[in-house]
Amino acid sequence: MPPTVDLFEKMLLPHLGAAYNLARWLTHNAHDAEDVVQESYLKALRSFHTFRVEADGRAWLLKVVRNTFYTWLQRNRDHRLSTNLADEPQYADGASLDPEAVLIKAASLESVHKALKDLPLEYREVLVLREFEGFSYKQIAEISDLPIGTVMSRISRARRDLRARLSDAAQKVGQ
Amino acid sequence: MNCEEFNGLHDLYIDEELDAARMLEFQRHRECCPNCQAFSVSDEELRQLLRSPSLRFEHPRDLEERIHAAIGHSQLPQKPEPVRKPFFRPRMMAAFAGALLILSLLSMLMLRQVSRSRSVQQEVVSSHIRSLMADHLTDVVSSDRHTVKPWFSGKIDFAPAVKDLQAEGFPLKGGRLDYLDGHAVAALVYLRHQHKINLFSWPSPVADSPPKLSNERGYNVIHWAQASMSYWAVSDVSAQELWEFVGDQQR
Repeated sequence: MPPTVDLFEKMLLPHLGAAYNLARWLTHNAHDAEDVVQESYLKALRSFHTFRVEADGRAWLLKVVRNTFYTWLQRNRDHRLSTNLADEPQYADGASLDPEAVLIKAASLESVHKALKDLPLEYREVLVLREFEGFSYKQIAEISDLPIGTVMSRISRARRDLRARLSDAAQKVGQ
Repeated sequence: MNCEEFNGLHDLYIDEELDAARMLEFQRHRECCPNCQAFSVSDEELRQLLRSPSLRFEHPRDLEERIHAAIGHSQLPQKPEPVRKPFFRPRMMAAFAGALLILSLLSMLMLRQVSRSRSVQQEVVSSHIRSLMADHLTDVVSSDRHTVKPWFSGKIDFAPAVKDLQAEGFPLKGGRLDYLDGHAVAALVYLRHQHKINLFSWPSPVADSPPKLSNERGYNVIHWAQASMSYWAVSDVSAQELWEFVGDQQR
């Protein structure tokens, strides 16, 4: 095996868990997530010469996973995945500062899972990168090719949307 | 700071993206406004929930093996049966698979060529990186050259020059054996602040050559030959610092 492939595996295989988790949250499907991850690794290998060893391997790989996912999405566009931020205004600005309405305390892991799963794709991906992977706004901006200001507002709106969904769910249970 | 400003900055606050001055103002408001504090606490609770490991999807155990096989031997990943997704027709699948196979083969060939043409420099840098990654920096840990130098005797068939550069700002950290370009070589490890410098040396019957700087994958590399020895210094310190280091080594 050439040393470069050896190095590639050493640098990037440890991030398989992060790659799979992102792909799984984006595709909503285990089989598709595996396809996206495998394709991402092959793509990453082809452009490994552009990788700088001192760079963050996880961020670099997740950028490839994200790009691969969007290519995959165009090939397989499916109504359950297509989201339009303009269609979701009721959650974007509706959250209240009143802690009573937030009801996070009542939220179970199950309801968080469901709320995150139902978030528009653009919100879901920034929250996964921020909360699961702990990336900074700057890193998320690099991974997703977005201006940092957009990342900032998406994260903020994503949290509001998530809170509103959790609060709706809790109220339904309470009724 | 009022509640509206607090609300506007809250995401930046929990994401640790606020500058120090605003952070202070923020904390002051948080302490004196019960409403905002409750809001902040509930956001932190939401974050705790989001970060719980059970929300992460674990990859299938054999996925790593399959990827390893696909990238290592240019084998194709197993594709799902065409019936599962009506989008993929068998012919399209085959064409796609064929294209992937050709691309992976091409990339393997290209990678081999690249690694052959710049092999020594690449090996040197890879060894430097491995020594940092695998936490295998030193076999003999000592800042005393009278400990490090004798350690090599009996392990390699030459005696590397071991200099004490503490006074110059490059303390010795230790040494280890490495294998490069078909030789057992001596690797000496020096520090520059928190940065590591690997200095590789081995006998090589070539004419003396002055130090030459190059850059490989973001690392600075200086190579020179002196008194039938080949030297390679590799580090992520600045080029200027690495030049200083080499200058001190040559004195």
